Amino acid sequence: MINSASEQSIPVLEVKAVQRSFGHVRALDCANLKVMPGEIHALLGDNGAGKSTMIKIISGVLAAQGGQVLLDGQEVHFKSPHEARMRGIETVYQDLALAHTLNAGENIFLGSEIMTRGLLGKLGFIDREEMSRQAAETLSSLGINLPAGSGCVGTLSGGQMQAVAIARAIKWGRRLLILDEPTAALGAKQRELILQMIEHIRDARKLTVLLISHNLPDVFRVADKVTVLRLGQDVLTSPIEGLTTDSLMRAMTGANEICTDKKGGAH
Amino acid sequence: MNTKNLTSEILDKDTKTEKHKIQFFENQWIFLILLGLILIFALVTPPGSFFSFRNLQNITLDASTILIIGSGMTLLLIAKGIDLSTGSMAIFSAIAAATIMVQLAGTPDEVAQFQYPHLGIALAAGIIVGIAMGALWGAVNGLLVVKSKVPPFIATLGTMGIALGLAQVWTGGINVQHVPLPFQSEFGLGKMAGLIPWPVVVAIVIAAFFWILLAYTKFGLHTYAIGANVEAARRVGINTERHICILYTIVGALCGVVGILDVARFNTASVASHTNTPLSVISAIIIGGTSMHGGRGRISGTIIGALIQAVLLNGFIVMGVTPFWQNVAVGVVLLVAVQIDQIRRRSN
Repeated sequence: MINSASEQSIPVLEVKAVQRSFGHVRALDCANLKVMPGEIHALLGDNGAGKSTMIKIISGVLAAQGGQVLLDGQEVHFKSPHEARMRGIETVYQDLALAHTLNAGENIFLGSEIMTRGLLGKLGFIDREEMSRQAAETLSSLGINLPAGSGCVGTLSGGQMQAVAIARAIKWGRRLLILDEPTAALGAKQRELILQMIEHIRDARKLTVLLISHNLPDVFRVADKVTVLRLGQDVLTSPIEGLTTDSLMRAMTGANEICTDKKGGAH
Repeated sequence: MNTKNLTSEILDKDTKTEKHKIQFFENQWIFLILLGLILIFALVTPPGSFFSFRNLQNITLDASTILIIGSGMTLLLIAKGIDLSTGSMAIFSAIAAATIMVQLAGTPDEVAQFQYPHLGIALAAGIIVGIAMGALWGAVNGLLVVKSKVPPFIATLGTMGIALGLAQVWTGGINVQHVPLPFQSEFGLGKMAGLIPWPVVVAIVIAAFFWILLAYTKFGLHTYAIGANVEAARRVGINTERHICILYTIVGALCGVVGILDVARFNTASVASHTNTPLSVISAIIIGGTSMHGGRGRISGTIIGALIQAVLLNGFIVMGVTPFWQNVAVGVVLLVAVQIDQIRRRSN
């Protein structure tokens, strides 16, 4: 399942012994994460395990207070989400961060608009037609065909909105796509569609995906590798093969801490 | 590929399809109301009184104040801001501009005898200072909202009182006298090509500028995005605080323009004007279909909203009905417009 394991062995993303506290609460305490190129890597954990803090540090929303974040083997210190995006890391948050009164093209290109050619472009004029055309192209490559002339994204279904947010992310994400609970608010059919989309992104776009979830069936359905966080530490990193719902549950809840050491057997 | 087509069908099924009908209605109804009002007034007034070129000049002149401030305020409302201090900013700017013009045009004795040795420089300085004063108040509003996180309604309510109060302190409540007469005769009461009053020309140019800015440029798109989802705009790297601050400054500068036009039209600057301006401007914009909830709106709507108010005021005067009825009529149209906005939001 891991496409390019033979190609390179430098992780796309490596998080080493990262720490982050909020007041007296240690959200992340020496947490590690290693995401290899071309894999769908699931980040699992119960509420409060540090998943959100971890992705916020990776995507430049929060600064780490200790440890290192390496992108393609180079240490990075993002001061803003914008810097992380410039380096090819795109994050789709649960709230999707779509402007509901703008259409799909305007949303996908917001902040990186296509300007009109020539003098008008220099004066700040944008090329809406080209943005819509490219947006439709990206969406249809994901298997989504929005009805022609469909208006603002506020009128779309939950799955379609998720698709627009993902399309925006893969339009700009060159290295890593972070998806925060992408199926949480969806019904069964739309959930399956989004999962197919994630696989398509890995297979056709060769993009590495970090999937935050606490839905185990989803994880078993698409993930190549799993890292489990618990109380701010990574307690398990393993290929998905050989893992069971039971073993993951144990890692998430800490039930197997007594009998195995930190990164010990998943079995 | 098969599965993809299937799945996209699943998604498409959820899309609401009856949008188009609603949209046509919501975009056109307000224009039909304007036409209806013009038709009614044309029928009930003596021929050649309401429906005449001369009266058209009056109506557009009345609409120009609302339209000038409203052009900037439309962008501000779309970005989920609001400004209640527009009237006070216009008064303050008018007094600043008029004072500068009187002081620089000549010595007090010369000016009192209608002699203006330094007319050109006095007018230029007055215009620049007037617009700058407005922009300054607007920037204060913007900084209060963005940096001090004061809700826009409260921040601008505060500056509304401060700007008006300072203008009163400055003048002692007395109108600024001896504004150079040519400013009124040549510009304030003058007409371009003898047809269109200059203040109306200014309003048309400003409205056209902001129409284009809003509809076709990156700045316009970012304005919509900030109103629709400020967090989303921030995440894609838009400097939302700077953008919002610029919008308040624009509204302030436009109030400065209105203040200068007041000086030109009335040959004086008075602290006792513009009591209705802030609410008239906001009414016109809302009547024009711009949403109070941000992310939605058009300058074309604001133009129609401003014209509806001017037509109502003018029509009642020409009919001989007390213009107080204008307030009633504008209120009714406003409430209908807000109701339409609510229905539209629910349908999304």
